[in-house]
Amino acid sequence: MLKKNAETIVSIKDVHKSFGQLEVLKGVSLDVKKGEVICVIGPSGSGKSTLIRCINGLNDIQGGQINVCGIDLTDPKLDKLELRKRVGMVFQQYNLFPHKTALENIIMAPTLVLKQDKAASEKRAFELMQKVRLEGKEHAYPGELSGGQQQRVAIARSLAMNPDVMLFDEVTAALDPETVKEVLVTIKDLAQEGMTCILVTHEMGFAREVADHIYFTDNGVIVEHGSPKTFFNKAKDPRTKEFLSQIL
Amino acid sequence: MASKRPSTIPGINRHGSTDLPVLKPFAPSQPIAFHTSAWLANMPAWTGFVLLLPLMLWPFASHAAGSFTMTDAFSALIRWMPFLLKSGFLFNVIISLFAMLIGTFLGIILGLGQISKNRFIKRISWFFTQLFRNSPWLVLLFIVLLAFPFEVTIFGVIIPIPDWMKAVIGLSLPIMANISEIVRGAVLSVPTAQWEAAESLAFSRQQILWRIILPQCFKRMIPPWMNWYAILTMATPLCSLLGVEEIITLSRQAMEAENNHPELLVPFYSFALGLFFFYCYPIARVTMYLERRYSVKI
Repeated sequence: MLKKNAETIVSIKDVHKSFGQLEVLKGVSLDVKKGEVICVIGPSGSGKSTLIRCINGLNDIQGGQINVCGIDLTDPKLDKLELRKRVGMVFQQYNLFPHKTALENIIMAPTLVLKQDKAASEKRAFELMQKVRLEGKEHAYPGELSGGQQQRVAIARSLAMNPDVMLFDEVTAALDPETVKEVLVTIKDLAQEGMTCILVTHEMGFAREVADHIYFTDNGVIVEHGSPKTFFNKAKDPRTKEFLSQIL
Repeated sequence: MASKRPSTIPGINRHGSTDLPVLKPFAPSQPIAFHTSAWLANMPAWTGFVLLLPLMLWPFASHAAGSFTMTDAFSALIRWMPFLLKSGFLFNVIISLFAMLIGTFLGIILGLGQISKNRFIKRISWFFTQLFRNSPWLVLLFIVLLAFPFEVTIFGVIIPIPDWMKAVIGLSLPIMANISEIVRGAVLSVPTAQWEAAESLAFSRQQILWRIILPQCFKRMIPPWMNWYAILTMATPLCSLLGVEEIITLSRQAMEAENNHPELLVPFYSFALGLFFFYCYPIARVTMYLERRYSVKI
């Protein structure tokens, strides 16, 4: 899965982000190549979620540079809508639109934002529902679906925009252990198809299995990073060792 | 060391206090949001008949002394009833409907203005909302009555503005301000996660508001909206002070026509009271029913 010579699709350089007095990111740099799967792990409050929320412009940064698919996020004339068409995001709490069926949730953005033909986007939506293994649930409302099912619809909804990068913000944190698996399988499928994925996760087993590169953040900085093998077996930094000893 | 027994126990025989957050008892059966409707809807349906009771009993309490008996008063009311109903109360209903229509339309605009990203629009909308929400209705009515001309000329056509139209405008102002707050509150009640999810799908702000947020909170706006309609209807007699010929004005005129016998007061005003009750009571009941239904969402 490692793409050695692929182009860099997300480039983050020395990013600083504060909420008022609280500095959350203190100079974070990372590069993601096309087709790579990146896992960001670390204790709560270490700035993981903030970092990936900066990538699609949900949070603005105060310093440094972010470049996504050739779009410079620090550009004052940045077209956030153009950026967000290229970057899909899935949230911890699914955030499906409760007044729309699964199918409507999926076709809404393609028809309204990309101005695609309704029949075509419906056809694609059915395909996506199949892909996330939810055939037959197209006309169910989010309230009628389980957490795992809702999360898979949310993934399908993001994929319907044909993004270049997918961001996953602790997407399994609100699920029970059994449903976690069905969501992870969906993400794994995606990763194997060559989708560039950036995941914030607490699923260490999953990170070890699927990720090309793992970043460990603590207190707003990247403490250590490397391939899953070196990261989990030969961690050097004491903070990483301490974290891993507690969870493994 | 003698252990000192406290003479009072906090929370038992003395007022307890704590810095910690305290979970207060949850009372879903007592909706606090809509005082008027809740108060009205909680009355048993026979309250209306109790209100009309003085009217029914009045003839029996008649004194033989006066030349004008209570029976006369009662038959006077019977004579005037169709007129009071058709020309009086119906007009109150019409005024309330028009004021609600205008107030709702302007209130939605003002409410959306309050959540605008544009700081100027936001401030202005907030200002007008607070101004009209916190002004006495009667004062607003008088201002409109005195400030508006009795006719306007548009493209050479003279359009008269009757007093009742001014009353409609005057009453629609506080309604507008309160609807504005309902819209603002409803939009803010939708979790910000919905905004973020929509933003990350590249929806524009306009699209998010109209396609995702407002459809979700539309249902939540209906009960408070109806609550304000009931309040507005009960406020329409204020128009009688402006000389608008609604039920209270006409009742007074009818009593004058019947030579102002004091015996007329109770039957005539009880009749008006009963009409308002029977009009607003079903609205209040439906409001509370919808409130209960929509509050158990998701």
